[in-house]
Amino acid sequence: MNASAVRAVVWPLVGIVIVLGVWQIGVALSGVAPYLLPAPTAIAHAMWQNREMLASAMGRTALGAAIGFTCAAAAGILLGSVIALIPFLRRSLYPLATVLQMVPVVAVAPLLQLWVDNGLPMAILSAAIVALFPVLAATIDGQASVDPGLRELFKLHAASPLRRWWKLDFPWSVPTTVTGLRIAAGLAVIGAVVGEFVSGYGGARAPLGIVIQAAMRDARTDLVFAAVALTTVVGFALFGAVSLIGWLLVRRWHASAVNESEDRR
Amino acid sequence: MTRDPPTLQFDRVAREFSGGLRAVDGVTLSLAPGSLTAVIGPSGCGKTTLLRLAAGLDSPTEGRVESGSARSSPSVCFQDPRLLPWRRVIDNVALPLELAGVPRAQRHESALGVLQAAGLARAARMLPAQLSGGMRMRVALARALVTQPQVLLLDEPCSAVDEFTRMQLDAEILRTWRACGATTLLVTHSVSEAVWLADRVVVMSRGRVHADHAVRLERASRERGDAAFIGEVEECMRLLAAASGKEAA
Repeated sequence: MNASAVRAVVWPLVGIVIVLGVWQIGVALSGVAPYLLPAPTAIAHAMWQNREMLASAMGRTALGAAIGFTCAAAAGILLGSVIALIPFLRRSLYPLATVLQMVPVVAVAPLLQLWVDNGLPMAILSAAIVALFPVLAATIDGQASVDPGLRELFKLHAASPLRRWWKLDFPWSVPTTVTGLRIAAGLAVIGAVVGEFVSGYGGARAPLGIVIQAAMRDARTDLVFAAVALTTVVGFALFGAVSLIGWLLVRRWHASAVNESEDRR
Repeated sequence: MTRDPPTLQFDRVAREFSGGLRAVDGVTLSLAPGSLTAVIGPSGCGKTTLLRLAAGLDSPTEGRVESGSARSSPSVCFQDPRLLPWRRVIDNVALPLELAGVPRAQRHESALGVLQAAGLARAARMLPAQLSGGMRMRVALARALVTQPQVLLLDEPCSAVDEFTRMQLDAEILRTWRACGATTLLVTHSVSEAVWLADRVVVMSRGRVHADHAVRLERASRERGDAAFIGEVEECMRLLAAASGKEAA
Protein backbone atom coordinates (compact mmCIF):
# COMPACT_ATOMS: atom_id res chain seq x y z
CA MET A 1 0.00 0.00 0.00
CA ASN A 2 1.55 3.32 -1.04
CA ALA A 3 1.62 6.50 1.05
CA SER A 4 -1.34 8.14 -0.70
CA ALA A 5 -3.52 5.05 -0.16
CA VAL A 6 -2.53 5.02 3.52
CA ARG A 7 -3.49 8.70 3.80
CA ALA A 8 -6.85 7.95 2.18
CA VAL A 9 -7.58 5.41 4.91
CA VAL A 10 -5.88 7.03 7.89
CA TRP A 11 -7.45 10.51 7.77
CA PRO A 12 -11.09 9.31 7.80
CA LEU A 13 -10.17 6.95 10.66
CA VAL A 14 -8.66 9.85 12.59
CA GLY A 15 -11.94 11.75 12.06
CA ILE A 16 -13.98 8.83 13.38
CA VAL A 17 -11.73 8.48 16.45
CA ILE A 18 -12.08 12.21 17.23
CA VAL A 19 -15.90 12.09 16.97
CA LEU A 20 -16.13 8.95 19.13
CA GLY A 21 -13.73 10.45 21.68
CA VAL A 22 -15.74 13.67 21.98
CA TRP A 23 -18.95 11.62 22.24
CA GLN A 24 -17.53 9.35 24.98
CA ILE A 25 -16.18 12.25 27.04
CA GLY A 26 -19.36 14.29 26.52
CA VAL A 27 -21.59 11.44 27.79
CA ALA A 28 -19.31 10.83 30.79
CA LEU A 29 -19.16 14.51 31.75
CA SER A 30 -22.82 15.34 31.20
CA GLY A 31 -24.18 12.27 32.99
CA VAL A 32 -26.93 11.87 30.37
CA ALA A 33 -29.07 8.74 30.89
CA PRO A 34 -27.91 5.73 28.81
CA TYR A 35 -31.42 5.18 27.39
CA LEU A 36 -31.24 8.70 25.91
CA LEU A 37 -27.67 8.59 24.62
CA PRO A 38 -25.41 5.63 25.37
CA ALA A 39 -21.64 6.04 25.24
CA PRO A 40 -19.76 4.50 22.29
CA THR A 41 -18.20 1.92 24.62
CA ALA A 42 -21.69 0.88 25.77
CA ILE A 43 -22.78 0.48 22.16
CA ALA A 44 -19.68 -1.59 21.40
CA HIS A 45 -20.42 -3.73 24.46
CA ALA A 46 -24.05 -4.29 23.33
CA MET A 47 -22.81 -5.17 19.87
CA TRP A 48 -20.39 -7.74 21.26
CA GLN A 49 -22.95 -9.22 23.65
CA ASN A 50 -25.47 -9.68 20.80
CA ARG A 51 -22.98 -10.43 18.07
CA GLU A 52 -24.59 -13.62 16.77
CA MET A 53 -28.08 -12.18 16.61
CA LEU A 54 -26.80 -8.93 15.02
CA ALA A 55 -24.66 -10.79 12.47
CA SER A 56 -27.67 -12.83 11.40
CA ALA A 57 -29.84 -9.69 11.24
CA MET A 58 -27.21 -7.88 9.24
CA GLY A 59 -27.06 -10.79 6.79
CA ARG A 60 -30.85 -10.67 6.30
CA THR A 61 -30.86 -6.93 5.73
CA ALA A 62 -27.85 -7.14 3.42
CA LEU A 63 -29.60 -9.86 1.41
CA GLY A 64 -32.77 -7.80 1.01
CA ALA A 65 -30.84 -4.65 0.09
CA ALA A 66 -28.51 -6.47 -2.33
CA ILE A 67 -31.31 -8.28 -4.17
CA GLY A 68 -33.42 -5.12 -4.27
CA PHE A 69 -30.44 -3.11 -5.53
CA THR A 70 -29.62 -5.70 -8.21
CA CYS A 71 -33.23 -5.71 -9.44
CA ALA A 72 -33.27 -1.89 -9.48
CA ALA A 73 -29.92 -1.76 -11.31
CA ALA A 74 -31.03 -4.22 -14.00
CA ALA A 75 -34.46 -2.62 -14.43
CA GLY A 76 -33.07 0.94 -14.31
CA ILE A 77 -30.39 0.31 -16.93
CA LEU A 78 -32.75 -1.62 -19.21
CA LEU A 79 -35.66 0.79 -18.89
CA GLY A 80 -33.38 3.84 -19.03
CA SER A 81 -31.76 2.58 -22.23
CA VAL A 82 -35.12 1.95 -23.89
CA ILE A 83 -36.39 5.40 -22.84
CA ALA A 84 -33.18 7.09 -24.02
CA LEU A 85 -33.30 5.26 -27.34
CA ILE A 86 -36.90 6.18 -28.18
CA PRO A 87 -37.49 9.98 -28.09
CA PHE A 88 -41.25 9.53 -27.69
CA LEU A 89 -40.76 7.50 -24.51
CA ARG A 90 -38.21 10.00 -23.20
CA ARG A 91 -40.75 12.80 -23.54
CA SER A 92 -43.68 10.83 -22.14
CA LEU A 93 -42.26 8.51 -19.47
CA TYR A 94 -39.34 10.43 -18.00
CA PRO A 95 -41.50 13.19 -16.40
CA LEU A 96 -43.76 10.47 -15.01
CA ALA A 97 -40.78 8.67 -13.47
CA THR A 98 -39.66 11.97 -11.90
CA VAL A 99 -43.11 12.45 -10.33
CA LEU A 100 -43.13 8.86 -9.00
CA GLN A 101 -39.74 9.49 -7.43
CA MET A 102 -41.34 12.20 -5.28
CA VAL A 103 -43.67 9.68 -3.60
CA PRO A 104 -42.00 8.72 -0.28
CA VAL A 105 -41.46 5.00 0.07
CA VAL A 106 -42.60 5.15 3.73
CA ALA A 107 -46.02 6.31 2.53
CA VAL A 108 -46.23 3.61 -0.14
CA ALA A 109 -44.86 0.76 1.99
CA PRO A 110 -48.23 -0.25 3.53
CA LEU A 111 -49.60 -0.55 -0.02
CA LEU A 112 -46.77 -2.90 -0.93
CA GLN A 113 -48.05 -5.29 1.73
CA LEU A 114 -51.08 -5.86 -0.51
CA TRP A 115 -48.87 -7.07 -3.33
CA VAL A 116 -46.07 -9.07 -1.76
CA ASP A 117 -45.55 -11.29 1.28
CA ASN A 118 -44.18 -9.81 4.46
CA GLY A 119 -40.54 -10.49 5.22
CA LEU A 120 -37.76 -10.65 2.66
CA PRO A 121 -39.97 -10.02 -0.44
CA MET A 122 -41.23 -6.82 1.17
CA ALA A 123 -37.69 -5.63 1.96
CA ILE A 124 -36.55 -6.46 -1.58
CA LEU A 125 -39.44 -4.62 -3.23
CA SER A 126 -39.07 -1.60 -0.98
CA ALA A 127 -35.30 -1.45 -1.64
CA ALA A 128 -35.82 -1.85 -5.39
CA ILE A 129 -38.42 0.93 -5.57
CA VAL A 130 -36.18 3.42 -3.75
CA ALA A 131 -33.07 2.46 -5.73
CA LEU A 132 -34.69 2.42 -9.16
CA PHE A 133 -34.95 6.12 -9.91
CA PRO A 134 -31.29 7.16 -9.50
CA VAL A 135 -30.23 4.36 -11.87
CA LEU A 136 -32.98 5.18 -14.34
CA ALA A 137 -32.25 8.92 -14.31
CA ALA A 138 -28.48 8.43 -14.56
CA THR A 139 -28.83 5.99 -17.45
CA ILE A 140 -31.14 8.29 -19.39
CA ASP A 141 -29.00 11.37 -18.73
CA GLY A 142 -25.79 9.51 -19.56
CA GLN A 143 -27.12 8.20 -22.85
CA ALA A 144 -28.72 11.51 -23.77
CA SER A 145 -25.45 13.38 -23.24
CA VAL A 146 -23.36 11.52 -25.82
CA ASP A 147 -20.93 13.83 -27.61
CA PRO A 148 -22.81 15.08 -30.72
CA GLY A 149 -19.58 14.74 -32.70
CA LEU A 150 -19.44 11.03 -31.98
CA ARG A 151 -23.13 10.68 -32.85
CA GLU A 152 -22.27 12.33 -36.18
CA LEU A 153 -19.45 9.85 -36.72
CA PHE A 154 -21.88 6.96 -36.34
CA LYS A 155 -24.39 8.70 -38.62
CA LEU A 156 -21.68 9.08 -41.23
CA HIS A 157 -21.16 5.33 -41.20
CA ALA A 158 -24.92 4.67 -41.33
CA ALA A 159 -24.99 2.79 -38.00
CA SER A 160 -28.44 1.55 -36.98
CA PRO A 161 -29.87 3.00 -33.73
CA LEU A 162 -29.41 -0.32 -31.95
CA ARG A 163 -25.82 -0.64 -33.10
CA ARG A 164 -25.11 2.94 -32.10
CA TRP A 165 -26.62 2.23 -28.70
CA TRP A 166 -24.42 -0.81 -28.14
CA LYS A 167 -21.17 0.69 -29.41
CA LEU A 168 -21.58 4.32 -28.38
CA ASP A 169 -24.52 5.33 -26.16
CA PHE A 170 -24.18 2.50 -23.64
CA PRO A 171 -20.40 2.62 -23.06
CA TRP A 172 -20.51 6.44 -23.05
CA SER A 173 -23.11 6.39 -20.26
CA VAL A 174 -21.22 3.95 -18.00
CA PRO A 175 -19.56 6.62 -15.77
CA THR A 176 -22.88 8.46 -15.29
CA THR A 177 -24.74 5.21 -14.66
CA VAL A 178 -22.12 4.18 -12.09
CA THR A 179 -22.77 7.47 -10.25
CA GLY A 180 -26.49 6.61 -10.20
CA LEU A 181 -25.70 3.09 -8.99
CA ARG A 182 -23.56 4.45 -6.13
CA ILE A 183 -26.44 6.66 -4.96
CA ALA A 184 -28.84 3.74 -5.38
CA ALA A 185 -26.63 1.45 -3.28
CA GLY A 186 -27.06 3.65 -0.21
CA LEU A 187 -30.77 4.15 -0.85
CA ALA A 188 -31.35 0.40 -1.26
CA VAL A 189 -30.35 -0.17 2.38
CA ILE A 190 -32.75 2.57 3.53
CA GLY A 191 -35.49 1.00 1.40
CA ALA A 192 -34.82 -2.47 2.79
CA VAL A 193 -34.97 -1.23 6.41
CA VAL A 194 -38.24 0.66 5.70
CA GLY A 195 -39.65 -2.54 4.19
CA GLU A 196 -38.61 -4.43 7.32
CA PHE A 197 -40.21 -1.81 9.59
CA VAL A 198 -43.52 -2.11 7.76
CA SER A 199 -43.61 -5.87 7.32
CA GLY A 200 -42.65 -6.45 10.96
CA TYR A 201 -41.46 -10.03 10.58
CA GLY A 202 -39.33 -11.23 13.43
CA GLY A 203 -38.33 -14.28 15.36
CA ALA A 204 -34.94 -15.89 14.96
CA ARG A 205 -34.61 -14.54 11.40
CA ALA A 206 -35.27 -10.90 12.27
CA PRO A 207 -33.41 -8.36 10.12
CA LEU A 208 -31.88 -5.13 11.45
CA GLY A 209 -35.08 -3.11 10.95
CA ILE A 210 -36.94 -5.41 13.30
CA VAL A 211 -34.03 -5.49 15.77
CA ILE A 212 -34.18 -1.68 15.90
CA GLN A 213 -37.95 -1.71 16.53
CA ALA A 214 -37.70 -4.38 19.25
CA ALA A 215 -34.77 -2.64 20.96
CA MET A 216 -36.70 0.66 20.94
CA ARG A 217 -39.65 -1.05 22.65
CA ASP A 218 -37.29 -2.43 25.30
CA ALA A 219 -35.54 0.96 25.76
CA ARG A 220 -32.27 -0.71 24.69
CA THR A 221 -30.88 2.39 23.02
CA ASP A 222 -27.38 0.89 22.99
CA LEU A 223 -28.69 -1.99 20.84
CA VAL A 224 -30.56 0.46 18.59
CA PHE A 225 -27.30 2.33 17.98
CA ALA A 226 -25.48 -0.98 17.38
CA ALA A 227 -28.09 -2.05 14.79
CA VAL A 228 -28.07 1.38 13.14
CA ALA A 229 -24.27 1.23 12.92
CA LEU A 230 -24.57 -2.15 11.19
CA THR A 231 -27.09 -0.81 8.64
CA THR A 232 -24.44 1.80 7.86
CA VAL A 233 -21.88 -0.97 7.41
CA VAL A 234 -24.23 -2.74 4.97
CA GLY A 235 -24.76 0.49 3.04
CA PHE A 236 -21.05 1.23 2.99
CA ALA A 237 -20.21 -2.31 1.80
CA LEU A 238 -22.74 -2.09 -1.05
CA PHE A 239 -21.57 1.41 -1.96
CA GLY A 240 -17.93 0.25 -1.85
CA ALA A 241 -18.60 -2.78 -4.04
CA VAL A 242 -20.41 -0.67 -6.65
CA SER A 243 -17.70 2.00 -6.56
CA LEU A 244 -15.00 -0.63 -7.05
CA ILE A 245 -16.78 -2.23 -10.01
CA GLY A 246 -17.39 1.23 -11.51
CA TRP A 247 -13.77 2.21 -11.06
CA LEU A 248 -12.59 -1.03 -12.69
CA LEU A 249 -14.83 -0.32 -15.68
CA VAL A 250 -13.69 3.25 -16.37
CA ARG A 251 -10.28 3.52 -14.68
CA ARG A 252 -8.28 3.57 -17.89
CA TRP A 253 -10.24 6.05 -19.94
CA HIS A 254 -12.64 8.26 -18.04
CA ALA A 255 -11.48 11.62 -16.69
CA SER A 256 -13.02 10.98 -13.23
CA ALA A 257 -10.84 7.90 -12.65
CA VAL A 258 -7.75 9.17 -14.52
CA ASN A 259 -7.75 12.52 -12.66
CA GLU A 260 -8.24 10.75 -9.33
CA SER A 261 -5.18 8.60 -9.99
CA GLU A 262 -3.14 11.68 -10.97
CA ASP A 263 -4.29 13.60 -7.86
CA ARG A 264 -3.01 10.77 -5.68
CA ARG A 265 0.44 10.90 -7.26
CA MET B 1 -9.97 13.41 -75.29
CA THR B 2 -12.45 12.04 -72.75
CA ARG B 3 -12.07 13.22 -69.17
CA ASP B 4 -12.68 11.12 -66.06
CA PRO B 5 -16.00 11.95 -64.43
CA PRO B 6 -15.63 14.06 -61.28
CA THR B 7 -15.99 12.11 -58.09
CA LEU B 8 -17.24 15.09 -56.14
CA GLN B 9 -19.59 17.58 -57.69
CA PHE B 10 -21.66 20.44 -56.33
CA ASP B 11 -24.34 21.59 -58.73
CA ARG B 12 -25.87 24.99 -57.77
CA VAL B 13 -25.93 23.84 -54.16
CA ALA B 14 -27.55 25.99 -51.48
CA ARG B 15 -28.17 25.39 -47.80
CA GLU B 16 -30.54 27.74 -46.05
CA PHE B 17 -31.01 27.49 -42.30
CA SER B 18 -34.03 28.60 -40.32
CA GLY B 19 -34.11 32.38 -40.06
CA GLY B 20 -33.17 32.71 -43.71
CA LEU B 21 -29.39 32.34 -43.30
CA ARG B 22 -27.92 30.95 -46.52
CA ALA B 23 -24.67 29.33 -45.36
CA VAL B 24 -24.05 27.97 -48.85
CA ASP B 25 -25.52 29.89 -51.75
CA GLY B 26 -25.44 28.46 -55.27
CA VAL B 27 -22.06 26.73 -55.25
CA THR B 28 -21.05 24.85 -58.36
CA LEU B 29 -17.77 22.94 -58.15
CA SER B 30 -16.35 19.85 -59.78
CA LEU B 31 -13.46 17.99 -58.22
CA ALA B 32 -11.56 15.75 -60.59
CA PRO B 33 -10.73 12.19 -59.46
CA GLY B 34 -7.62 12.08 -57.31
CA SER B 35 -7.35 15.87 -56.98
CA LEU B 36 -6.69 17.72 -53.73
CA THR B 37 -8.74 20.91 -53.42
CA ALA B 38 -8.51 23.31 -50.51
CA VAL B 39 -11.35 25.60 -49.48
CA ILE B 40 -10.42 28.76 -47.57
CA GLY B 41 -12.42 31.77 -46.50
CA PRO B 42 -13.33 33.98 -43.57
CA SER B 43 -15.09 32.41 -40.57
CA GLY B 44 -18.76 31.75 -41.27
CA CYS B 45 -18.33 31.80 -45.06
CA GLY B 46 -19.86 28.32 -45.44
CA LYS B 47 -16.73 26.13 -45.78
CA THR B 48 -17.71 23.58 -43.16
CA THR B 49 -21.34 23.53 -44.31
CA LEU B 50 -20.09 22.73 -47.81
CA LEU B 51 -18.04 19.84 -46.43
CA ARG B 52 -20.96 18.55 -44.37
CA LEU B 53 -23.12 18.58 -47.48
CA ALA B 54 -20.45 16.57 -49.31
CA ALA B 55 -20.32 14.10 -46.41
CA GLY B 56 -24.08 13.61 -46.40
CA LEU B 57 -24.32 14.90 -42.82
CA ASP B 58 -26.58 17.68 -44.05
CA SER B 59 -28.86 18.03 -47.08
CA PRO B 60 -28.93 20.93 -49.53
CA THR B 61 -32.09 22.99 -49.68
CA GLU B 62 -31.35 23.59 -53.37
CA GLY B 63 -29.17 21.90 -55.95
CA ARG B 64 -27.42 18.56 -55.89
CA VAL B 65 -24.28 17.05 -54.40
CA GLU B 66 -22.76 13.95 -55.94
CA SER B 67 -19.97 12.37 -54.04
CA GLY B 68 -18.20 9.04 -54.11
CA SER B 69 -19.67 6.08 -55.85
CA ALA B 70 -21.78 3.08 -55.04
CA ARG B 71 -18.55 1.37 -53.91
CA SER B 72 -17.79 3.68 -51.03
CA SER B 73 -19.19 6.70 -49.25
CA PRO B 74 -16.96 9.69 -48.41
CA SER B 75 -14.67 9.50 -45.41
CA VAL B 76 -14.36 12.48 -43.10
CA CYS B 77 -11.63 13.64 -40.76
CA PHE B 78 -13.13 16.28 -38.46
CA GLN B 79 -11.55 19.23 -36.63
CA ASP B 80 -11.43 17.14 -33.44
CA PRO B 81 -10.31 13.51 -33.53
CA ARG B 82 -13.63 12.08 -32.29
CA LEU B 83 -12.09 8.89 -30.93
CA LEU B 84 -14.00 6.60 -28.59
CA PRO B 85 -12.03 6.93 -25.33
CA TRP B 86 -12.73 3.38 -24.11
CA ARG B 87 -11.43 1.78 -27.29
CA ARG B 88 -7.82 1.07 -28.13
CA VAL B 89 -6.35 2.88 -31.12
CA ILE B 90 -6.66 -0.17 -33.39
CA ASP B 91 -10.35 -0.58 -32.50
CA ASN B 92 -10.98 3.11 -33.14
CA VAL B 93 -9.34 2.88 -36.55
CA ALA B 94 -11.30 -0.30 -37.34
CA LEU B 95 -14.64 1.25 -36.30
CA PRO B 96 -15.89 2.16 -39.83
CA LEU B 97 -15.21 -1.41 -40.96
CA GLU B 98 -16.88 -2.79 -37.83
CA LEU B 99 -20.00 -0.73 -38.55
CA ALA B 100 -19.91 -2.03 -42.13
CA GLY B 101 -19.97 -5.61 -40.80
CA VAL B 102 -16.39 -6.58 -41.71
CA PRO B 103 -15.18 -9.61 -39.66
CA ARG B 104 -12.88 -8.83 -36.72
CA ALA B 105 -9.68 -10.41 -38.08
CA GLN B 106 -10.04 -8.70 -41.43
CA ARG B 107 -10.79 -5.27 -40.01
CA HIS B 108 -7.90 -5.50 -37.56
CA GLU B 109 -5.57 -6.41 -40.39
CA SER B 110 -6.75 -3.39 -42.39
CA ALA B 111 -6.51 -1.10 -39.36
CA LEU B 112 -3.01 -2.28 -38.57
CA GLY B 113 -2.05 -1.69 -42.20
CA VAL B 114 -3.06 1.99 -42.14
CA LEU B 115 -1.51 2.43 -38.70
CA GLN B 116 1.77 0.97 -39.93
CA ALA B 117 1.70 3.25 -42.97
CA ALA B 118 1.17 6.22 -40.64
CA GLY B 119 4.00 5.11 -38.32
CA LEU B 120 1.53 4.47 -35.51
CA ALA B 121 1.79 0.69 -35.23
CA ARG B 122 3.37 0.94 -31.77
CA ALA B 123 0.35 2.91 -30.52
CA ALA B 124 -2.15 0.32 -31.78
CA ARG B 125 -2.84 -1.12 -28.31
CA MET B 126 -2.94 2.24 -26.54
CA LEU B 127 -5.99 4.22 -25.48
CA PRO B 128 -6.63 7.72 -26.90
CA ALA B 129 -5.98 9.27 -23.46
CA GLN B 130 -2.40 8.00 -23.68
CA LEU B 131 -1.70 9.87 -26.95
CA SER B 132 -0.70 13.47 -27.68
CA GLY B 133 -3.13 15.75 -29.52
CA GLY B 134 -1.19 15.38 -32.76
CA MET B 135 -1.12 11.59 -32.53
CA ARG B 136 -4.88 11.53 -31.92
CA MET B 137 -5.42 13.51 -35.12
CA ARG B 138 -3.16 11.09 -37.01
CA VAL B 139 -5.24 8.20 -35.64
CA ALA B 140 -8.40 9.99 -36.81
CA LEU B 141 -6.82 10.41 -40.24
CA ALA B 142 -5.93 6.70 -40.29
CA ARG B 143 -9.54 5.87 -39.40
CA ALA B 144 -10.76 7.99 -42.32
CA LEU B 145 -8.49 6.01 -44.66
CA VAL B 146 -9.24 2.50 -43.43
CA THR B 147 -12.22 2.12 -45.77
CA GLN B 148 -10.05 3.10 -48.77
CA PRO B 149 -12.43 5.92 -49.69
CA GLN B 150 -12.76 7.43 -53.14
CA VAL B 151 -13.59 10.77 -51.55
CA LEU B 152 -11.80 12.13 -48.49
CA LEU B 153 -13.12 15.19 -46.67
CA LEU B 154 -10.83 17.00 -44.23
CA ASP B 155 -12.44 19.60 -41.99
CA GLU B 156 -9.60 21.71 -40.58
CA PRO B 157 -7.79 18.65 -39.24
CA CYS B 158 -4.84 20.78 -38.08
CA SER B 159 -6.77 23.58 -36.39
CA ALA B 160 -6.21 22.40 -32.82
CA VAL B 161 -2.49 21.61 -32.96
CA ASP B 162 0.69 23.67 -32.67
CA GLU B 163 2.64 24.86 -35.72
CA PHE B 164 5.22 22.06 -35.63
CA THR B 165 2.55 19.36 -35.29
CA ARG B 166 0.59 21.07 -38.07
CA MET B 167 3.54 20.70 -40.42
CA GLN B 168 3.90 17.03 -39.46
CA LEU B 169 0.18 16.49 -40.04
CA ASP B 170 0.36 18.28 -43.39
CA ALA B 171 3.12 15.89 -44.44
CA GLU B 172 0.96 12.99 -43.23
CA ILE B 173 -2.04 14.27 -45.22
CA LEU B 174 0.10 14.58 -48.33
CA ARG B 175 1.54 11.10 -47.90
CA THR B 176 -1.87 9.51 -47.39
CA TRP B 177 -3.40 11.43 -50.28
CA ARG B 178 -0.63 10.20 -52.56
CA ALA B 179 -1.00 6.65 -51.26
CA CYS B 180 -4.78 6.34 -51.50
CA GLY B 181 -5.41 8.62 -54.48
CA ALA B 182 -8.74 9.77 -53.08
CA THR B 183 -10.40 12.91 -54.34
CA THR B 184 -9.77 15.17 -51.40
CA LEU B 185 -11.54 18.30 -50.19
CA LEU B 186 -9.65 20.14 -47.46
CA VAL B 187 -11.26 22.94 -45.47
CA THR B 188 -8.65 25.08 -43.75
CA HIS B 189 -8.00 28.49 -42.23
CA SER B 190 -4.33 28.38 -43.18
CA VAL B 191 -3.47 29.81 -46.57
CA SER B 192 0.07 28.39 -46.53
CA GLU B 193 -1.30 24.95 -45.68
CA ALA B 194 -3.77 25.21 -48.57
CA VAL B 195 -1.03 26.21 -51.02
CA TRP B 196 1.38 23.56 -49.75
CA LEU B 197 -1.15 20.73 -50.03
CA ALA B 198 -3.64 21.55 -52.76
CA ASP B 199 -3.73 21.61 -56.55
CA ARG B 200 -6.47 24.16 -56.37
CA VAL B 201 -7.56 26.71 -53.79
CA VAL B 202 -11.21 27.74 -53.68
CA VAL B 203 -11.90 30.98 -51.81
CA MET B 204 -15.40 31.29 -50.37
CA SER B 205 -17.29 34.33 -49.19
CA ARG B 206 -20.88 34.61 -47.99
CA GLY B 207 -21.61 31.05 -49.02
CA ARG B 208 -20.43 31.57 -52.58
CA VAL B 209 -17.26 30.75 -54.49
CA HIS B 210 -15.38 34.04 -54.59
CA ALA B 211 -12.30 32.73 -56.44
CA ASP B 212 -11.04 29.46 -57.83
CA HIS B 213 -7.25 29.50 -57.98
CA ALA B 214 -5.06 26.78 -59.55
CA VAL B 215 -1.78 26.45 -57.68
CA ARG B 216 1.02 26.96 -60.23
CA LEU B 217 3.70 25.01 -58.44
CA GLU B 218 5.10 21.58 -59.13
CA ARG B 219 4.31 19.44 -56.14
CA ALA B 220 7.87 18.16 -55.83
CA SER B 221 9.26 21.70 -55.66
CA ARG B 222 6.97 23.11 -52.98
CA GLU B 223 9.14 24.47 -50.22
CA ARG B 224 7.58 26.78 -47.68
CA GLY B 225 10.50 29.26 -47.80
CA ASP B 226 10.76 29.49 -51.64
CA ALA B 227 9.95 32.72 -53.41
CA ALA B 228 7.53 30.94 -55.78
CA PHE B 229 5.70 29.37 -52.85
CA ILE B 230 5.52 32.70 -51.02
CA GLY B 231 4.23 34.31 -54.21
CA GLU B 232 1.41 31.77 -54.42
CA VAL B 233 0.56 32.32 -50.77
CA GLU B 234 0.47 36.10 -51.31
CA GLU B 235 -1.79 35.63 -54.33
CA CYS B 236 -4.20 33.55 -52.25
CA MET B 237 -3.96 36.06 -49.38
CA ARG B 238 -5.03 38.81 -51.80
CA LEU B 239 -8.02 36.73 -52.87
CA LEU B 240 -8.84 36.00 -49.23
CA ALA B 241 -8.53 39.66 -48.27
CA ALA B 242 -10.89 40.60 -51.10
CA ALA B 243 -13.32 37.91 -49.91
CA SER B 244 -13.05 39.14 -46.33
CA GLY B 245 -13.68 42.72 -47.49
CA LYS B 246 -16.75 41.54 -49.34
CA GLU B 247 -17.87 39.70 -46.21
CA ALA B 248 -17.40 42.81 -44.04
CA ALA B 249 -19.32 44.94 -46.53
